[in-house]
Amino acid sequence: MSATILFWSIAVAQVLLAAAMVVTLYRLVIGPRAQDRVLSLDAMYVIAMLLLVTFGMRVGSVVYFEVALLIGLLGFVGTVALAKFLMRGEVIE
Amino acid sequence: MSFDDVPLWAAILVSALVLMGAVLTLIGAIGLTRMPSFYQRIHMPTLGTSFGAIGVLAASAILSTIGEERLIAHEFLIFIFVSVTTPVTLMLLARAALHRDRVEGSIEVPAVVVRPADQ
Repeated sequence: MSATILFWSIAVAQVLLAAAMVVTLYRLVIGPRAQDRVLSLDAMYVIAMLLLVTFGMRVGSVVYFEVALLIGLLGFVGTVALAKFLMRGEVIE
Repeated sequence: MSFDDVPLWAAILVSALVLMGAVLTLIGAIGLTRMPSFYQRIHMPTLGTSFGAIGVLAASAILSTIGEERLIAHEFLIFIFVSVTTPVTLMLLARAALHRDRVEGSIEVPAVVVRPADQ
């Protein structure tokens, strides 16, 4: 019983998170400006991180957790660099 | 660890948390496409990084704690990191967008305020 509940709830959560990624991708494509694209890329990083956590829940492995932590770190650095680029025109002055 | 070993109350709790997190993240993503201006859109992904992340990460922590029969709180690390960095990145992005809009002379954003002390 609990296996059925967990299997289906995690599957539905994965579908919902994938739908969220698709919707975010739509904003990434239509823009209209560079800051909108950076914002949707940042949102996409977070959704990918949560999707990996749900994969880890399904498999029961710690590897997915470490990948999720890495995605969180790299997403932060990437968004800060892109915001700096939009502000100044260059990343390292 | 197999899902059959998980007690029913824990399965229901984990399911509710993971579904809450996924639904909130989806609502944030839909808001990202529907809000009319950038300064309204920038609020929407925080729905996923605050309560969306809390739901999914708490569900994962509870599931692994029950599976291993000891406290597993790795997910807490991700949550602290995300909740600390998201305001920093989004404020930097908002300031960059404001700077770009002001340089273009957009009428949507207020002009630079000159305080008496700066003159």
